[in-house]
Amino acid sequence: MLRYIGRRLLIAVPTLFLVVTLAFFMMRAAPGGPFDLDRKLSPEIERNIEAKYGMNKPLLAQYGDYLAGVARGDLGPSLKYKDKSVLDILKENYPVSLRLGLTAILLAAAIGISLGVIAALRQNRLADNGVMALAILGVCVPTFVTAPLLVLVFASRLGWFPIAGWDKGAVANMVLPVVVLALPQIAIISRLTRAGMIEVLASNYVRTARAKGLGEGRIVVRHALRAALLPLVSYLGPACAGLITGSLVVERIFNLPGLGKFFVISALQRDYTVVMGMVIVYAALILVLNLVADLIVAALDPRVRLS
Amino acid sequence: MTRAETLQRATALAGRSLWDDARRRLLRNRAAVAGMALLALLVAAALLGPALAPYAYDQVNKADVWLPPLAHGHLLGTDALGRDLLARLLVGLRVSLAIGLVATVVSLVIGVAWGATAGFVGGRLDEAMMRVVDVLYALPFIFFVILLMVTFGSNIVLIFVAIGAVEWLTMSRIVRGQTLTLKQKEFIEAARAAGLSRPAIVARHIVPNLLGPVVVYVTLTIPAVILAESFLSFLGLGVQPPMASLGTLIATGASDMELAPWLLIFPSLVMVATLMSFNFIGDGLRDALDPKDR
Repeated sequence: MLRYIGRRLLIAVPTLFLVVTLAFFMMRAAPGGPFDLDRKLSPEIERNIEAKYGMNKPLLAQYGDYLAGVARGDLGPSLKYKDKSVLDILKENYPVSLRLGLTAILLAAAIGISLGVIAALRQNRLADNGVMALAILGVCVPTFVTAPLLVLVFASRLGWFPIAGWDKGAVANMVLPVVVLALPQIAIISRLTRAGMIEVLASNYVRTARAKGLGEGRIVVRHALRAALLPLVSYLGPACAGLITGSLVVERIFNLPGLGKFFVISALQRDYTVVMGMVIVYAALILVLNLVADLIVAALDPRVRLS
Repeated sequence: MTRAETLQRATALAGRSLWDDARRRLLRNRAAVAGMALLALLVAAALLGPALAPYAYDQVNKADVWLPPLAHGHLLGTDALGRDLLARLLVGLRVSLAIGLVATVVSLVIGVAWGATAGFVGGRLDEAMMRVVDVLYALPFIFFVILLMVTFGSNIVLIFVAIGAVEWLTMSRIVRGQTLTLKQKEFIEAARAAGLSRPAIVARHIVPNLLGPVVVYVTLTIPAVILAESFLSFLGLGVQPPMASLGTLIATGASDMELAPWLLIFPSLVMVATLMSFNFIGDGLRDALDPKDR
């Protein structure tokens, strides 16, 4: 087990390295630079600024410097936000995205799994059709539609929740963004759970459990659910990474101080170091959460051998 | 029974192929048929609508701004510049559908070629090609697209390419997996024994047999692409004004919703209807082509 984790992490390092390399050179190949302003700087000032950030060196040397920094855990200073390092930006904004994303995914898992189980147990009956209709809607109504509509109805017309803002994570401010983030996930999770449950409920070992005279509740929770959730776990790994690095749309509509907006703003402003920081965080999360998902699958399913 | 009759019966029976079966199953699926009807309606509206609409999508009318639906001959009302929402919606739908189609074809070509080659050749090459896919998976999609946009400037063709270039990853994984199982089949062995070259085997025997899962995935990729474009437009990176797409219309609708909720509601409805039609067709196709998966 520990050896497996170690090996997977060792494989993740070159992948991460390739991602960083690709992102670094793609970013630098794009025209423009972080110090292009509307007002042209005099060449001397521009040279000074570039020298300060080591950008007067050849590209390969800068790449080497950057990698050395990353290896030391130093992601460099932001080129656009004065006096802030990339780590400062992460420390300041990441908790917001993390909190929103985690709440949304936990809520979605609780509701989605329950709905999926109910639908599977009542296959082709009213409850099942209802859940499946809901799932279709959840997939077909994108966040940039639900978010403004919910704001229009529940915030500006009914006044139940604030229209936007974070207010240090007050519950009232979190309700609408979390609901918007959770809805499509509820749809996908309930569909995956239903499909898994239907397959498992028809399997031989569930029939054996029934024949032994186990109660239906015990069969569903102890025997069926465990196997039925396997595809869901594999889905949730990367989905989590996307959710907790911040949703651009939700953060923009609700004006939340999360990480999502830096993906766009920093790339547009060529804030090289911040962009690289975002890419590293996202890629590392994807790799780690995929590993975690594989470990959970192995723990749930004794047939899976980690090697 | 004469020999001729037997032969005739055999050919008559052979006429019912996997695809005939699939078509029959698809047509029996009410949701899928409803999805196809809805899609036909939307496509017709997108193709013919802009020509039939009484206003041009970019016709500014300072006298008629913020008109609610049904006022002054504007069926769905007007926006901040007095442009007719119906006309803009029809053009936006056309743009979104076109992007969905073209970007999906781009992702289809790259994904099938990449996945089939990796799966068929196998070994080191397979490992290297799939590692490329892993690396691209770990790059945030939006980062990739923004870089393409700023490097080459924002234009519609580039949006097609950028989204297609991102969406091929899953396609290549599906195709590779299918190829790995196909490769073991006897008819491939036979083709190899008959002396066919490897590219010819891939093109003539592997790719046609991949059609089932690929068709299903394509119908699910089109709505994903339409969503991706809308997402970019929502962030101001997609289709540029005065051109419209469903995404740009929803974005302006969202910013003006306090004053003119219809600007948000109608584009949202069309978007949901479009996504729904593709999803119903995709689900129906999956059931039809892979009956054991139900």
